Amino acid sequence: MSNDIKIRKGLDIKLKGEAEKLVSDAPRSKNFAIKPTDFHGVTPKMVIKEGESVKAGDTIFYSKYSDRVKFVSPVSGTLKEIRRGAKRRILEVVIEADSADTYKEFGQKDVEKMSGDEVKEHLLEGGCWPFIKQRPYDIVANPEDTPKAIFISGLSTAPLAADVEFVLEKRKEEFQFGLQAISKLTTGKTHLCVDKKSASFLNEVKGVQLHTVSGPHPAGNVGVQIHHIDPINSGERVWVVSPEDVAIIGSFFKTGKFDATRVVAVAGTEAPKAQYFRFKIGTNVKEIIGQVPANVRIISGDVLTGDRISNDGFVGYYSSIISLIPEGNTYRMFGWLPFKDNNIPSMSKTSLSWLFPNKKYKVDTNLNGEERALVVTGEMEKVMPMDIYPMQLLKECMVLNIEKMENLGIHEVAPEDFALVDYVNTSKLEAQAIIREALDVMIKEVG
Amino acid sequence: MNALRKKLDQLKKPFNKGEKWEKYAPAINAFDTFLFVPNHTTKKGAHIRDAVDLKRTMITVVIALLPALIYGIYNTGYQHFSQLGEAFTFMDAFTHGLWKILPMIAVSYIVGLGIEFIFAIYRGHEVNEGFLVTGLLVPMIMPIDIPLWMVGVSVAFAVLIGKEAFGGTGMNILNPALTARVFAFFAYPTFMSGNKVWVSDASKIDAISGETILGTLAAGKDVHYSMWNMFEGAIPGSIAETSTLWILVGAAILVLTGVGSWRIMAGGVIGGAFMGFLFNLWGANDLMSFPWYQQLIVGGFAFGIVFMATDPVSAAQTQKGKWIYGILIGIFCIMIRVFNPAYPEGVMLAILLMNVFAPTIDHYVIQANIKRRKKRLSAVKVKSA
Repeated sequence: MSNDIKIRKGLDIKLKGEAEKLVSDAPRSKNFAIKPTDFHGVTPKMVIKEGESVKAGDTIFYSKYSDRVKFVSPVSGTLKEIRRGAKRRILEVVIEADSADTYKEFGQKDVEKMSGDEVKEHLLEGGCWPFIKQRPYDIVANPEDTPKAIFISGLSTAPLAADVEFVLEKRKEEFQFGLQAISKLTTGKTHLCVDKKSASFLNEVKGVQLHTVSGPHPAGNVGVQIHHIDPINSGERVWVVSPEDVAIIGSFFKTGKFDATRVVAVAGTEAPKAQYFRFKIGTNVKEIIGQVPANVRIISGDVLTGDRISNDGFVGYYSSIISLIPEGNTYRMFGWLPFKDNNIPSMSKTSLSWLFPNKKYKVDTNLNGEERALVVTGEMEKVMPMDIYPMQLLKECMVLNIEKMENLGIHEVAPEDFALVDYVNTSKLEAQAIIREALDVMIKEVG
Repeated sequence: MNALRKKLDQLKKPFNKGEKWEKYAPAINAFDTFLFVPNHTTKKGAHIRDAVDLKRTMITVVIALLPALIYGIYNTGYQHFSQLGEAFTFMDAFTHGLWKILPMIAVSYIVGLGIEFIFAIYRGHEVNEGFLVTGLLVPMIMPIDIPLWMVGVSVAFAVLIGKEAFGGTGMNILNPALTARVFAFFAYPTFMSGNKVWVSDASKIDAISGETILGTLAAGKDVHYSMWNMFEGAIPGSIAETSTLWILVGAAILVLTGVGSWRIMAGGVIGGAFMGFLFNLWGANDLMSFPWYQQLIVGGFAFGIVFMATDPVSAAQTQKGKWIYGILIGIFCIMIRVFNPAYPEGVMLAILLMNVFAPTIDHYVIQANIKRRKKRLSAVKVKSA
């Protein structure tokens, strides 16, 4: 095991509309929302009713499967509405915010003197637990488990992604504090992967196993890093936390308050102002970007893995970027001819775009074709920097053959690791959706 | 463009969801999507997609086939006139070939696409573009004088039994174009082999004797073609298989665009050269002592390796598997040629044989990956025990 991980396979999709390195405070949103749909597999059990008031840090719902996993309000205010979808599934819990926050006090803690169990209880109590996610399956971690290791990816390679170092620049202390707390949750190592090219404070963080990572996307995906450092075997659990969430956890221990403030990149060609904004989790996106035209897609997350939200929707719980790109609902005459429409980036050499590796593109949401049977082979492997056969795994996932899925490495992948497969494959197969469904079956059948 | 688009949308109205001709929509969509890449946007998964689609991939293969096809058309006329000893111009030869070959291509496309459309409507999926390539490949690998109805029957057999019976595009075990040829080969042997089928109108005119080089060798006679003839392709043979030169141009297009697997092509050449060289050392008969480098440029070897073996659906799908698959095709091709003079054209049978074995090759390649994973798991178990 080397501490220097070089990723060779993959693809950097270079897009126009990168966020300028400038942070503004977004105006305080009137409404905030926590979306249970952000926590895959969690069925919420509501604790408060519509019209009741909450403080920042008060529990609004907990997971049906484990009442220890609490989800708390990011602001103080009144619970305005519980929006439901089909089969009365809760989609959004909307809170009308007070003009200033009052916090529930959890008490300042000295992490150094705390045991792992105490840290765990404190995180669960304060609603910070959902920041800790579990691999395999890419779901909120189960507090009953003990992970063999914890991984934090200190770089993001996704298109237009927020610069982790820039985001954490002013939160070094909190980040270090959070790391200290999190590393108590495992008996194994806590790994932090940093960009090889950078020489930031991340390289000097203490108490963790440092690794340098270089190469194209998905080098920044934590799943890829786990695969190269300490791969997950059947039955093992690894926990992952994203770097900014580590800082939020750090501030929670330090101040005793649940202050889930993020610095989020707003990017993409259609962004009115492509820059960084500081706001609390669950903010209404309209407060940040204003009214945008109807033919713009607002994505909470990056263009490969994010969720589409409406103009008056709410930013996702884990999102570190909001991407705005034009909808591609237009026709292109004879667009299927090779070497035509080279303004659309392509990994395939049937387009001339490969001649300009450094050109930045404006992309839209057109599917650029239609779904077809799987014919072309070898292209998925080019963007899969793991010792895994992506096409064979996908085929077993489609027929849900659990034994073969396990053999081919389903434990080691998350939907985001197949985002580039979504992007490049000629047959327009929905790889992420297939992997997600297969993982859900795994949770049910294997656990 | 907008006016045309509006007109099309109007025409398509009765085929929309809930309208009376809804189930025939795949047929009309097939034409529509040829004019326009549709306005579909991403619904789930990644929000942006690569510009490549199956249409673009398949058209690239068609483009790669054109040099060999055009030379094949010319060579048809060239063989006919030069064997007769008549004076002729390039245009004479080309026109003669065109009138012979165009009807074959038309029959192949009409029969094959007809069946594809029916299945698309019946199964409710869109028409797959794969047949654009298959439909062109079939006439290109037939002898020139084969009756049109035989082309039609062979195509129907290949599409129905070779492809749709297995579940349609992407599911077939055998290469559909070769299935068509092998069907004709065994069903109508008198039209598919012998001395009289390779040159246009040879069966009607006694003066013409149009044996292929491999046929000549198998009969133990001397070959009177130069190496340049063999490479350039001015020799009798199936329509588009003769010119190694123009096939290489197609190969370059496939490799440079990344559409065809260079691993399979390189493997095939290595396997074929190796086997040819071994036989040269043995040298028990004319076929064995035929130089290994000439083995690679006569018959259907080059065409098969470049355009048939690389069909991604029926080939091995893993990288290592592609190497093994390619090398074995090369070896078996030369082996069949030499050991069984009744089938001088070994490449067809070699590729079909390896089509059948491709899933097995992949199975063992993938098994290695699975074993690594299991070994890692048991190592962990030992440590914790």
